[in-house]
Amino acid sequence: MNDRPAVAIQGVSKQFGAGVTALSGIDLDVRPREFVSLIGPSGCGKSTLLRIIGDLIDPSEGVVEVNGKPAPQARRDHDYGIVFQEAVLYDWRTVGKNIALPLELLRWSRERRAQRVRELVRLVELEGFEDHHPWQLSGGMQQRVAIARALSFDPALLLMDEPFGALDEMTRERLNMELLRIWDASGSTIVFVTHSIPEAVFLSTRVVVMSPRPGRIADVVEIDLPYPRTAETREEPRFFELVTGVRERLAGRGAQVEPELAEEAGAP
Amino acid sequence: MASIAVDRTTTPRIGAIHGARRFGLVVAGIAVFWALWEAYLWFGTRVGITWPFPVNETNMPHIHDMLNALTKPLQPGGPPLIQEEWHWALFTAKEALLGFVIGGVVGFGLAVLLTHSVLLRRGLLPYIVVSQTVPILAVAPMVVVGLGTKGVKPWVAVSVIAAYLTFFPVAMNTLRGLLSPRPRDLELMRSYAAGRRSMLWKLRVPASMPFVFSALKISATASVIGAIIGETPASIQDGLGGAIVNFNQYYSTAPERLWATNIVCAALGFAFFGAVVLAEHLVLRRAPERVA
Repeated sequence: MNDRPAVAIQGVSKQFGAGVTALSGIDLDVRPREFVSLIGPSGCGKSTLLRIIGDLIDPSEGVVEVNGKPAPQARRDHDYGIVFQEAVLYDWRTVGKNIALPLELLRWSRERRAQRVRELVRLVELEGFEDHHPWQLSGGMQQRVAIARALSFDPALLLMDEPFGALDEMTRERLNMELLRIWDASGSTIVFVTHSIPEAVFLSTRVVVMSPRPGRIADVVEIDLPYPRTAETREEPRFFELVTGVRERLAGRGAQVEPELAEEAGAP
Repeated sequence: MASIAVDRTTTPRIGAIHGARRFGLVVAGIAVFWALWEAYLWFGTRVGITWPFPVNETNMPHIHDMLNALTKPLQPGGPPLIQEEWHWALFTAKEALLGFVIGGVVGFGLAVLLTHSVLLRRGLLPYIVVSQTVPILAVAPMVVVGLGTKGVKPWVAVSVIAAYLTFFPVAMNTLRGLLSPRPRDLELMRSYAAGRRSMLWKLRVPASMPFVFSALKISATASVIGAIIGETPASIQDGLGGAIVNFNQYYSTAPERLWATNIVCAALGFAFFGAVVLAEHLVLRRAPERVA
């Protein structure tokens, strides 16, 4: 691991069709082992940006490099795994076979695949469900299968597009914790799209606040909460400060946040 | 697989009850049909119904007469009709099966071809549709004579006619199935840099299977019909089609023989259908609500 950014985005813009500007002038570097969240209201282009990083769509302007390679090359080299809002599991495959799908495409041997699936099933705590079919699992379990599948070939980068957006609050908080554990264990870099402020603050090393029409980066908030983060983290004053800070920036009042907080602290 | 008993499999006892109930329904259905047939015949003869057809025992033989005809020989001293029907049915089944396989393979191949090219889809699809608007009775003699001059055996030519009826539903449904994956499904494959071939075999083909089986169910019965119709212009005497032509000529004196043959035809079609349903059960592992 060197100083080369895991993801380097320079001057990226995206126009859809006739003059709809989804993204405008995006510059962002993600360092290796970082956990960066993209947060913003609907239509701010956060999912579009994630797809451009993954070379699932092309930018209209600008350059994206992943691990020092152009994004298309990185995709062909299997440099990243992706998790969508829906689990996108294939119905006709069992849990084990869904996890092994990328490995089949990479032509891993049957034994190696089975070995890896066993490891991953343990990692996402789905032991005993290898032979189940997706429809037999709850939404949270399905999403864990999707995460295991994305991690299967050990990519350096994990792209996650609102992976817990469709889940209930309790499941979401539990999976947040699990994701941090997996992130720590796998040593990967994560770019995470969400519209939940507490989720972004709880998970990330940095939160990128985006604003819509056209989608651009409004601010970047460093999250200085120490790891490992636990259920107690969510109750710390600093956590609430940061949540408030991100919320203010989302509302477009970012400039005044820090001084106000400082004044309040010093006033009485 | 022992652990997946969640919604799908039921306990053997409940399974047996389900089976018994299903069988009972089939028997009840047959009984109701029988009763309606005989009631209409009895009533129609009494009152003298003439529309849409005059009701009498020639137009509507008693069902017990049809079944009885199966037990009697055609010629004195010959085997009972049912035994001859059995041989005809086997012969027609052979033609239908080959036609079903040819039609299935051609239909599937065509669908795969069409999936990969919008241009082909636009250009070829109208002709495929037109092929089905041509009456089979017009095509059948040409196929039999044409293939006959090439040294193809008549029964194989009949299979080709059966295939002509079979490939269309398979092609149409498979095409729909191959195009059924959602954008996210495709995006996932793209993220793995999957090539066309992987996209086809790992995603499109498995996704198409429910559609393929719907088509095969239609094709199963269509192939039997195609084989029966195909025998007529080929003047094949060894199958059910030949028997139908034959018994048609003696309809006024022995209508129950034609009807008995109809029953055998129906049974053959049903057997083909059942075989596909069974295969579907073995091949498809789906969410219960999606098993249609």
